[in-house]
Amino acid sequence: MIPAVVVFIYLAVVLYIGIFAFRRGAGREGAEDYFLASRSLGPVVFLLSLFGTNMTAFAILGSSGHAFNNGIVTYGLMASSSGLVIPLTIFLIGTRVWALGKKHGFMTPVQMMRDRWECGNIGTVIFAVQAVLLVPYIIIGIMGGGTTLSAISGGRVPFWFGGAVVALVVMGYVFFGGMRGTAWVNTFQTILFLVFGAIALAVIGAGMGGFSSAVTAMEQSPAFKPLLTRERIDPFYFFSYTFIPLSAIAFPHIAIFCLTARRMVQFKKTVIFYPICILAIWLPCVFLGVVANRVTDIPEIRAKQEARRVLASPQGRAMEPEQREEMREQAAGDDVLLRLLERFAPLWLAGILGAGIMAAVMASDSQILALSTMFTEDVFAFYGGKRRFGERVQVQTGRIFVILLTVFAYVVALNAPEAIFDLAIQYAFSGFASLSPLLVAALFWRGSTKWGALAVALWTITAVAAVAVFQEFVPAPAPGQTTVVASLGGWPALARTYGGTTVFRFMPVVPMVVVSALLMFFVSLATKKPRPETIARYF
Amino acid sequence: MRKLLLVLVFLVIYVLHQDIWFWTTARPFVFGFMPVGLFYQACFSVLAALFMWLLVRFAWPGHLEQEVEQVTGGGDADGKEVRR
Repeated sequence: MIPAVVVFIYLAVVLYIGIFAFRRGAGREGAEDYFLASRSLGPVVFLLSLFGTNMTAFAILGSSGHAFNNGIVTYGLMASSSGLVIPLTIFLIGTRVWALGKKHGFMTPVQMMRDRWECGNIGTVIFAVQAVLLVPYIIIGIMGGGTTLSAISGGRVPFWFGGAVVALVVMGYVFFGGMRGTAWVNTFQTILFLVFGAIALAVIGAGMGGFSSAVTAMEQSPAFKPLLTRERIDPFYFFSYTFIPLSAIAFPHIAIFCLTARRMVQFKKTVIFYPICILAIWLPCVFLGVVANRVTDIPEIRAKQEARRVLASPQGRAMEPEQREEMREQAAGDDVLLRLLERFAPLWLAGILGAGIMAAVMASDSQILALSTMFTEDVFAFYGGKRRFGERVQVQTGRIFVILLTVFAYVVALNAPEAIFDLAIQYAFSGFASLSPLLVAALFWRGSTKWGALAVALWTITAVAAVAVFQEFVPAPAPGQTTVVASLGGWPALARTYGGTTVFRFMPVVPMVVVSALLMFFVSLATKKPRPETIARYF
Repeated sequence: MRKLLLVLVFLVIYVLHQDIWFWTTARPFVFGFMPVGLFYQACFSVLAALFMWLLVRFAWPGHLEQEVEQVTGGGDADGKEVRR
């Protein structure tokens, strides 16, 4: 129970930070203060908070879970490629978004796009696509909070109560603190992540008697040796993953966050240190996930390994899809880090480390605030609400939206199966990556048009839905096997794999981004450009 | 010319991410425990940070900040002066 108490103390601290931020902002009641912290964040808060905003529960729990089943490839797939692509997009796009925000007062990407391409309702379509792709994150964040609190307390805190506590705390500091509170909490959480990785590595390493013997023993085992290499990974799949981080800058909460810096110079340290922050958090988590396979005295870990073994055996290949899915859930490793901490960390330390994990699963705060900002600016203000009722009512609307969205997410989290949202999240990254040509075209190409933008938005939502439907109707084969649905010239044009879908051996994100870029190009070429005076304000 | 060089450096780094040369081997274990493929990718993160430093040093879009200062009259911390 001690770890749960420490986590509750942590939650209280986080809530207090939000309320403190509210007091700090007292007297400044404008929309820009609530939604963008008056564009006044300093260098340290900007770096740590931007990084924390981008780190979801997956960074800690999911990365070690993925590494548990897939090995060291997890780092190359998800961390090192992000360490190159994300800061590059912040450098190229984030700085320009910041400058335009300062010059023209934009508070959301859609506001900028409406102005850049002289459009109204097309902006609403882009808003709707962004919202549809973002909402599952908020739901899964609350689910993660409930699950983690329940696991940390040894089941004494039920899922519904844990989820409610996490939802209330997040709602509380977003409601009161707005962007300032969210940024401060994210800064605090990022520091916890960074400390967490190092402590977890040291404690678990000491508990296991050092890592050398564990890794050497894994190398001797035919079952575990592939986890130390990438021999089971298709290089096409590995390459595809470098497209996923394009999603980061297209996520509204990241683009909006770029507007909060006081000066552009604050981007300098952020882009330089971003890859190092990724290294500091992901490397320990991935490595611990891999070596967890050697900790055979934890029954839960043995059960996962057994499920993995069965899945890969002829027995697994002969299973019905539903049975295989069940077995796959048993093999999932998202809780291996928690199991290692239970086994090796003293109780008080497990509590502190549990707080670090809670920090990771509470990353939905900036997404809730971003949706609230988008709703009040892109819908409420755009359709006349601000003009009729004033800025004060606009901020109140934003706060009410935060409550309604959190309650909605909590109710859905209690009643819907998690697998649906897992799937939604799986392809939301691809969806936002597919939206990235919107920002590139708006900022770097004079010839882009609103019709090109509409084509990109419609293509993105259609492609995400098509992949989801495809995976619903074509069940996943056993690990290592591929169900080829269509071939072209001997190549698997469309295939269902154990992990998802491939198109010419690439993940769907590659054709999605390429087609998006082509649509933007060709549709823009064929349609009318904005007025020269509008274009002149951007180039 | 400088920008072209930076684009070339980026392309080289992007290719270096696809390290097929350590694809099927775990050894040597760096520091006695870290598979070489993982160590390589960790070093890649450091390389990415160095590349970002190069970008900031040689391709910083300082003109954007100057434009903002011209429009906002400089020293603007709140960005409230200019509204469409």
